[in-house]
Amino acid sequence: MELKRVVITGMGALTPIGNNLQEYWEGLIAGKSGAAPITYFDTEHFKTKFACEVKNFNVQDFIDRKEARRMDRFAQYALVAGDEAIADSGLDTDSVDKYRVGVIWGAGIGGLETFQEEVKSFANGNGTPRFNPFFIPKMIADIAPAHISIKYGFMGPNYTTVSACASSANAMLDALNYIRLGHCDVIVTGGSEAAVTQAGMGGFNAMHALSTRNESPETASRPFDGTRDGFVLGEGAGALVLEEYEYAKARGAKIYAEVIGGGFSSDAYHMTAPHPEGTGVIAVMKNTLQNAGINPEDVDHINTHGTSTPLGDVAELKAIKAVFGDHAPNISINSTKSMTGHLLGAAGAVESIASVMAIQEGIVPPTINHTTVDENIDPSLKLVLNQPEKREVKVALSNTFGFGGHNCCIAFRKI
Amino acid sequence: MSDIASRVKAIIVDKLGVDENEVVAEASFTNDLGADSLDTVELIMEFEKEFDIQIPDDQAENIATVGQAVSYIEEAKA
Repeated sequence: MELKRVVITGMGALTPIGNNLQEYWEGLIAGKSGAAPITYFDTEHFKTKFACEVKNFNVQDFIDRKEARRMDRFAQYALVAGDEAIADSGLDTDSVDKYRVGVIWGAGIGGLETFQEEVKSFANGNGTPRFNPFFIPKMIADIAPAHISIKYGFMGPNYTTVSACASSANAMLDALNYIRLGHCDVIVTGGSEAAVTQAGMGGFNAMHALSTRNESPETASRPFDGTRDGFVLGEGAGALVLEEYEYAKARGAKIYAEVIGGGFSSDAYHMTAPHPEGTGVIAVMKNTLQNAGINPEDVDHINTHGTSTPLGDVAELKAIKAVFGDHAPNISINSTKSMTGHLLGAAGAVESIASVMAIQEGIVPPTINHTTVDENIDPSLKLVLNQPEKREVKVALSNTFGFGGHNCCIAFRKI
Repeated sequence: MSDIASRVKAIIVDKLGVDENEVVAEASFTNDLGADSLDTVELIMEFEKEFDIQIPDDQAENIATVGQAVSYIEEAKA
């Protein structure tokens, strides 16, 4: 059977550098950092005292107080970004065949704060379990797409993918393939995360994964820089409405870009360390080119996973060189995590939005905070550093990798 | 209004996000105040915490209105 074509007709973003799609894009091309001292809790005893929090967000501007109280932050973010994407798509949610509209979401962790607070309260008690009845339904990672479907009545496939920092990329690829195969007309997809909590910061600190540049939070996320020292934790959500091409055309929808394919692979190597030769990362980009039916020289731009960790960034760039060879220097390479921080399970979605906007606007957002050349990085590669680059982008890839060695890559094309 | 009644009312307003005026003695949590099964459990737990009492499940089932909650607690604290 012939696969259907899939396009993006709506997007929504709630990020540390902008609370909606427009603000997010403006933040990206302005090179804005979302990092600042943590406001959610006292960081006195924490090694890392900063993160990329969502700012000036009052949930009651978006969600009724009683409903909001029944949701962890990661689910609130999902609903807010999902609402924006659905409104942006112009989809008439009353007239669609609701059985053919799904919601496939990504979250690496889920309701971490809810879990933390409930367990703390149990630990501080006398041993009698007095857990709140909303504890489990607030915490579970699949509740985010459930809230979106409950609000809109979408009765198609509904679940959350979990592959750490690749989660929302997995969700988007599942959405792509369900529509390609004809199971659905429309899928609201994306991801959200809200792990800037005591447990999240403490846990990632224990792994030595986070930057500890406490004296200068806004310059701490510096992918590809010679002095990078770890990632900066971010939070927020990105949502995309994926739609079958003919269905979108028939209703006269605006189309941002086509999702032409994607790939998966696994490092099968270590719980958290990237494979030094990047074999899984090479495989995922090759799989993506093949799945999308394109050649290496078709690719204009790659939004890397580029978390600003010493090992991961180099391994990924080596893999790009290995896959794209002589064409690699023509590819504009960036990491928007330099601005947003690392949104974990939401990273794939918010970075895909950045790639799609790069296609749409003809501007590749910068990798900010670059001051020192890393000698381990091939100087022939075209890293987009500190300033955005104006260029035509016909095909963009977005790489996303998760702890556990999960690798995803998605390909977008101008339409 | 008794002290117990006003504290019960405050909990209900907070947890169910309803207007104070709706929280009258005969109001049913589920039929009038929009509570679902999880809200009802949460309310009972909040009453237990606020008044430092234990409400066994079989008795919690009989607390369906604001007035029933107030009477139960008044009796328990008497």
